[in-house]
Amino acid sequence: MRQVIIIGSGPAGYTAAIYVARANLSPLVIASSVEAGGELMNTTDVENFPGFPEGIMGPDLMQRMREQAERFGAEVLLDDVTSLELSGDVKRVTVGSGETFQALAVIFATGSAYRKLGLPDEDRLSGHGVSWCATCDGFFFREKTIAVVGGGDSAMEEATFLTRFATKVYVIHRKDSLRASKIMQERAFNNPKIEFVWNSSVTALNGESNLESVGLIDTVTGETRTLDLDGLFIAIGNDPRTHLVHNQLALTSEGTVEVEGRSSRTSVTGVFAAGDVIDPTYRQAVTAAGSGTVAALDAEHYLSALPASLVASANSSS
Amino acid sequence: MSQARPVTDATFANEVLASTKPILVDFWAEWCGPCRAVGPILDQILAEHGDKIDIVKLNVDENPQTAMTYQITSIPAMKVFQNGEVVKTVIGAKPKPALEADLAAFIA
Ligand SMILES: Cc1cc2nc3c(=O)[nH]c(=O)nc-3n(C[C@H](O)[C@H](O)[C@H](O)COP(=O)(O)OP(=O)(O)OC[C@H]3O[C@@H](n4cnc5c(N)ncnc54)[C@H](O)[C@@H]3O)c2cc1C
Repeated sequence: MRQVIIIGSGPAGYTAAIYVARANLSPLVIASSVEAGGELMNTTDVENFPGFPEGIMGPDLMQRMREQAERFGAEVLLDDVTSLELSGDVKRVTVGSGETFQALAVIFATGSAYRKLGLPDEDRLSGHGVSWCATCDGFFFREKTIAVVGGGDSAMEEATFLTRFATKVYVIHRKDSLRASKIMQERAFNNPKIEFVWNSSVTALNGESNLESVGLIDTVTGETRTLDLDGLFIAIGNDPRTHLVHNQLALTSEGTVEVEGRSSRTSVTGVFAAGDVIDPTYRQAVTAAGSGTVAALDAEHYLSALPASLVASANSSS
Repeated sequence: MSQARPVTDATFANEVLASTKPILVDFWAEWCGPCRAVGPILDQILAEHGDKIDIVKLNVDENPQTAMTYQITSIPAMKVFQNGEVVKTVIGAKPKPALEADLAAFIA
């Protein structure tokens, strides 16, 4: 048995791992099989993580966090958690290979998942012109006409990035102003290849084998029209990834895992949550990292108050 | 180091299209994070099922011709060829059990 298992390997999970490992509690980080490193693996420059004045590539930042955690004895497992039993003193965590691990404390840091438009042809055309990853797929839209749906920072970043390849990038947004930060907005406004399509929402995705056009409705006038496109990048936000803990942990009305005040304590003793999965508001790498720290310290505090016999059983066998 | 050997625009016809044994082509690129995650999983599948399926990788950056021919717009994209025809397409990085399920017809 372990003292601490950390689920997730984004900034929250790895930062928690650094703290827990430095406290000599040799955590197991279950990192996921194909999404280890979390959201920042799919981005290029991270310009606002303190300590990197020149900026740092997302994957490089995550590799460094991983190395820092491993340096102090964290073990990283590239597998996906498939089920959890969180009640009781000993928590059970089962992964894709079928193996079950036990621990006295669990830190849940699964981040969030891309939101879909919810249109009938979305799954059929995904990978065929419809994409959620500009850095992965932008390359294939050289000299093409594409659009980004969304109005936040990630939409602006994707649109700006995609102008490296595309001739024209529309930004489709359902309001007439953006949620994105000022600096990202200005970058997009000043880019001659970007054109904003305001007050519009996507109602249909059309195309036989590849996306050919999208249907739009004007959210103010109700007018409909079709826009010819070779590609559509969806950046309309994220939903906290909580399916593993439904019916086990209390959630907020926003769908995030509920924590007590400024702590990381969930509704179940010994289970702590951190990062985007508890955060409906800020969702930044550095806030997720800070939140991972909180969870690590809360978990350490929890373990130190447990009966010595339980802790000894965690140390004796793996 | 990857077990799957690289193929190129120049070798594609000989290595892939001429194969009578099912052969999976992993379309990937250096800058694609999810591709790096799926590579080791494909290596494992190759190690376990190499008698039934061949697995090779094609760098789309260096071999745009083949990527264009097969209308790749999203990577990782994995296409299984047999006798010169695409018989299965899988798009996106997936955990090993999910990939194995997608490829069940070839590795079961
Ligand atoms: C395109 C893009 C660009 C961004 N740019 C910036 C930026 O420049 N600066 C900034 O501060 N923020 C940026 N962000 C936001 C930032 O990435 C997130 O706020 C941050 O990654 C959240 O960290 P996290 O650890 O909570 O979650 P994530 O990074 O999402 O990590 C969650 C982890 O949990 C794992 N996981 C989920 N389910 C399971 C499971 N069942 N089993 C095992 N593991 C699981 C995932 O694989 C992943 O490793 C960007 C986001 C995007 C999408």
